[in-house]
Amino acid sequence: MTVDAPIADGHPLPRLNDPARLRTRYAAEARFRIYGVAALSIAIAFLFGLFASIISNGWSAFLQTKAHVPVYLDPAEIDPDGKRDVSRFGLADYTKLARDALSKAIGLPEKQDKATKRDLKGLLSRAIDVQIRDLVVADPSLIGQTITVPLLAHGDVDSLLKGAIDRSIPEERRQLNDRQLQWIDKLTADGVLKKDFNAGLFAYGASSQPESSGLAVALIGSLFMMLTVALLAVPIGVATAAYLEEFAPKNFWTDLIEVNINNLAAVPSIVFGLLGLAVFINFAGLPRSASLIGGLVLTLMTLPTIIIATRAAIRAVPPSIREAALGVGASKMQTLFHHTLPLAFPGIMTGTIIGLVQALGETAPLLMIGMVAFVVDIPSSVMEPATALPVQIYMWATSAERGFVERTAGATIVLLGFLFVMNAAAVYLRRRFERKW
Amino acid sequence: MEHQVVHREAIGAEPLQPATIIARNVNVFYGAKQALFNVDVDVPRNAITAFIGPSGCGKSTFLRCLNRMNDTIPICKVTGKIMLDGQDIYDPDLDVVELRARVGMVFQKPNPFPKSIYENIAYGPRIHGLTRTKKELDELVEQCLEKAGLLKEVHDRMHEPGTGLSGGQQQRLCIARAIATRPDVILMDEPCSALDPIATAKVEELMDELKENYTIIIVTHSMQQAARVSQRTAFFHLGKLVEVGDTRQIFTNPRDKRTQDYITGRFG
Repeated sequence: MTVDAPIADGHPLPRLNDPARLRTRYAAEARFRIYGVAALSIAIAFLFGLFASIISNGWSAFLQTKAHVPVYLDPAEIDPDGKRDVSRFGLADYTKLARDALSKAIGLPEKQDKATKRDLKGLLSRAIDVQIRDLVVADPSLIGQTITVPLLAHGDVDSLLKGAIDRSIPEERRQLNDRQLQWIDKLTADGVLKKDFNAGLFAYGASSQPESSGLAVALIGSLFMMLTVALLAVPIGVATAAYLEEFAPKNFWTDLIEVNINNLAAVPSIVFGLLGLAVFINFAGLPRSASLIGGLVLTLMTLPTIIIATRAAIRAVPPSIREAALGVGASKMQTLFHHTLPLAFPGIMTGTIIGLVQALGETAPLLMIGMVAFVVDIPSSVMEPATALPVQIYMWATSAERGFVERTAGATIVLLGFLFVMNAAAVYLRRRFERKW
Repeated sequence: MEHQVVHREAIGAEPLQPATIIARNVNVFYGAKQALFNVDVDVPRNAITAFIGPSGCGKSTFLRCLNRMNDTIPICKVTGKIMLDGQDIYDPDLDVVELRARVGMVFQKPNPFPKSIYENIAYGPRIHGLTRTKKELDELVEQCLEKAGLLKEVHDRMHEPGTGLSGGQQQRLCIARAIATRPDVILMDEPCSALDPIATAKVEELMDELKENYTIIIVTHSMQQAARVSQRTAFFHLGKLVEVGDTRQIFTNPRDKRTQDYITGRFG
């Protein structure tokens, strides 16, 4: 039964379960749900597209084509005097030794014209010279022996085997000529040329050939910078936040500081790069491109994030815990170190790791301080030139060779992997310490 | 400012010991707003004194003056004199940390540390260096739990979190924690307002036992509670101490009209 009792101003009360009203409300709710699902689907589709594109382009960077041929380390070429003099080893033509080995594997006659020699050489990376020399220098007793080393194939050969070079392109415009294609097919069929795990991606520094360029310098540079940031930004940030939150008087100056910390968090990162250039390189005279400067610049950039996260975490600790501690006669500092900071720890860790992740992915400020350099040697200290993972991606992305395109995506996978691991660590730490009680 | 008439009743039926806390002319300001006006009160030793009054009357503010918890509020300013056993607790040379060890506090909402039951009680003695060996500390923790009537209930789970106890048990844990620093005075700020009647009865019983050794001051909204547990009662209204006297006298024969109106439920 429905009662349309008029109320004071004469309007009847709405009926319960009025079908028209219900229909409108249900429709509105259904529409809202559809918008939400649509938004989520679009986001997931983009994310999936991004990952699919990066992984499909980049997975092959973790494989590298190598020629497994027995190389005769000819004493007549390497050590004609028989003195085992290491400084003489550098003058030998190791490429010739490798070329002879390859020619034998293909089954070519010993007498060859220049064009054949050039085509043979074109199958191998230029880096094999150093590759074989390093083996000989490390162990001179190898001279005179025949060793089978996986020799780096040329980047074009690698690209061909990965299907990135089109065989139907006319010979004069193709990177590899018809004769080379024949050889490659024979060597592949014989199992001489094969793809295996590309350890070089993590062992080599910068190189002009894609097959011998790797992430080692960038990984070490990023590691040094992360260490610098963690060692500087975390203690400074947490101390600043704790002081501002628990000890500082609330006055004009602390308000000013607070506003400016929030502003700093919004400053574009390239500005921090300019600051680093002006202060650390031009004024303090630190060496350009050094990972120490990168670390210092990223520290400045990360500090506001850590301070803001730590202050929020400290503020989230219930005041009743502070009162309890003060009530039994704990000093302000004891209250902070025994109660407030341990309870804020999960929040501080989360903020810190988010800050570190931001710093790890930062490129722009590093360009300003010259970390976008061609660094071949792996740095052994924070004062030596280095690059960083995102900068390495940027540098490879500007190269046209198919091998660099693949490495760009491969390096992106490595960077995303690190970010993923760090975010997982943040989640784990938060859970681990929140579950304590 | 209007002259404050405070009715004082001579010691009642039970003879009370001399005052351990003497407050004279206490004014408290929160910024420009004055929260307490010229409060004069004596708190007798080893007895329970109740502060009653309607919300916002300043009774909690006054309580928090007694262990200087108001120091943590930057805009709060206290003037006047509060003596604890003859020592001015607002003396600039006095260390507030030492004071708070001697004047323990129990809060409205049970607030055990998110640590084990044992650690909750051991924390105070440890930071004040009250015990020298682990054995002494263990004994002290047991004593405090025993005094708070909690030992039987928790003796087999001393190392489990204090936050896992029931509300009433948590509040008794907080009382045990407060007496662990061997205070003279225990301040209780509406200790039973978050508890059910059975837990309340237990805490009241505990207070009655504790008054043998401690001076207890309780702020309460419940007039029945004040009448049940206290020997002396102070009635606050609009930041002024209206009347202070023997509890029986306050509840049976108040001198002030406002006290009469409050205890008969006409406002508050």
